[in-house]
Amino acid sequence: MSQSTLTNPMLASADQFLVNLKHSLIDRLPEVLQMPASILLTIVPITVGFATLFALSTWAERKGLGRIQNRMGPNRVGLPFTKWKLFGLGQPIADGLKMLIKEDVVPRNADKVLHFLAPLLLLIPAFLAFSVIPYGDGIVPIDIDAGLLFFFAVGASTELLIFCAGWASRNKYALLGSMRAIAQMISYELPLIISTFSVIMAAGSLSLVSIVDAQTGSLLNWHVFTPWGLAGFILFFISSLAEANRSPFDIPEGESEIIAGHLIEYSGFKYALFFMAEYLGMFAMGGLAITLFLGGYHAPFPFLEGWLPGVFWFVLKLVTIICSFIWIRGTMPRLRMDQLMNFAWKFMLPMSLVVVVAAGIWRFAGGPLIGWPLCAALIFGAYFALSQGLYRARNWSRREYRFAE
Amino acid sequence: MLGSGLIKGLKETARNFVGSYVSEERLPTIEYPEEPAVVKENSRQFPFLVYDGDEPEAGLRCVSCQICEKECPPKCIYIVKAKDKKPDFVGKQQVYPATFDIDLSVCMSCGICAEVCPFEAIFMDTEFDLANSNRFDGLLVTKEHLAKPNAHLQKIHPTLAAGIDQRRAEAVKKQEEKRLADEAKAKADAEKKAAEAKSASSAATPASTPAAGS
Repeated sequence: MSQSTLTNPMLASADQFLVNLKHSLIDRLPEVLQMPASILLTIVPITVGFATLFALSTWAERKGLGRIQNRMGPNRVGLPFTKWKLFGLGQPIADGLKMLIKEDVVPRNADKVLHFLAPLLLLIPAFLAFSVIPYGDGIVPIDIDAGLLFFFAVGASTELLIFCAGWASRNKYALLGSMRAIAQMISYELPLIISTFSVIMAAGSLSLVSIVDAQTGSLLNWHVFTPWGLAGFILFFISSLAEANRSPFDIPEGESEIIAGHLIEYSGFKYALFFMAEYLGMFAMGGLAITLFLGGYHAPFPFLEGWLPGVFWFVLKLVTIICSFIWIRGTMPRLRMDQLMNFAWKFMLPMSLVVVVAAGIWRFAGGPLIGWPLCAALIFGAYFALSQGLYRARNWSRREYRFAE
Repeated sequence: MLGSGLIKGLKETARNFVGSYVSEERLPTIEYPEEPAVVKENSRQFPFLVYDGDEPEAGLRCVSCQICEKECPPKCIYIVKAKDKKPDFVGKQQVYPATFDIDLSVCMSCGICAEVCPFEAIFMDTEFDLANSNRFDGLLVTKEHLAKPNAHLQKIHPTLAAGIDQRRAEAVKKQEEKRLADEAKAKADAEKKAAEAKSASSAATPASTPAAGS
């Protein structure tokens, strides 16, 4: 929402509170320091904010998974040196301390430089991905014309570093795990990117800011409330689960097969960095899903707009997405490698192409009255045909034992 | 339909998540050190000796028959018989244990001692948190520490204790009846004897008999 649409000046100031705060802080500084201070004031809140969110979401994940499995989850560590347990909120601090003071084991035959660099470099794309996401009206670190392209380009470079970690460990499980990770990530990158085509087509821009602006107004203007947007959102969501190595697509670290995949030779704080990069990737994917499909930093209803900074709505939506990630992790078992690949290439990819076609039809259908049934029929038809076809094509039969019986 | 199983699964986990906040059944965790652990009546951890009344030494049911010592599979019980005797619950003179030690580190909690005891003197305790701050302390549990009142048994094994208490009360009652009967018999015998003596003396002086009858 641009500032001119807000007629009430008080509301505008509430919406722009963070922007104004930053400007008033910078204006006090001498001119030479203004530029670095501005950069610092952009980077630090994002870094600290998402690192805090990481700590809290590890706690929330363990709590949520516990409740799903009829357990309590962590509830012992509270405020240090007191009896306050605070529902175990001290757990992330304890975990962080534990990770810091653990021994850092480097295998004798490992490529020591790469082994050391991989987790550190992995954090760079993980944080860079946050730089193009609009968090509020006027709160976007870098507003580049090809923000979406930048996001995917940066996101793709994590694959290289994961392979780097697997290769440098000089361990067969690490190498196999990282190869699996790459196979999975490249396979799912395709539906991930193609499912965003429809949004690019609708907004007519690769800039994430203009994509958010295209969803201004009420809930109904959000892309998720169109047939192609809903299908695209679901496809994007599933692919982002795979991109973030989240369950049910967490086979790169499948304990029963390859122990911990590329993480096997990492311990202590390096392991924590991998863990953090994984979660940051998840937040970035969630943030992009919000920006593309869920109206970005906009409030669900026009009358709520302006009372709170847009960051509030953004964080609320992000927390909801993280909770659904946790919910899915608590529900789904891990897929097998062939199931994962089949799903990516035989279902996700055709479906995302169908969604692109549906978005085109929506554009030329002339109004939702015709567009809705047409697009919904196309998408649902493709979904039904694909699922039925794949089900038949499995060609399952009773296993015949040659020696056991 | 593809995906219907996923929805079903998500529904189930959501039910578990919400249910864990409202229903006891979906969150059976007992937060142990803060909340007392629920101990089953039939659980068994370590033996203890029962005593009646308030005095552990006087009321100890054990008569040091040493059956438990002989039956104990890991041989963790050590008993020394006392030289003298003390009366048991029915007043019968019985030997008592001068020493009764059980080695905590050897005991395997089988409960055979409690099984074989004919005097209902040794039972399995349900107390399970027997940890110690020092690994050498408190491993040899002596008679003083093993002796626990009958009220403790009634608390931890109510059904077992009820049957035993009833049996013992009956035995005491029987003993009392026997004693009364014995006393009565003794009295009757004494009277009979007196009467016989009297009749014998009256036979020597027949003239006095009608006087006695009138």
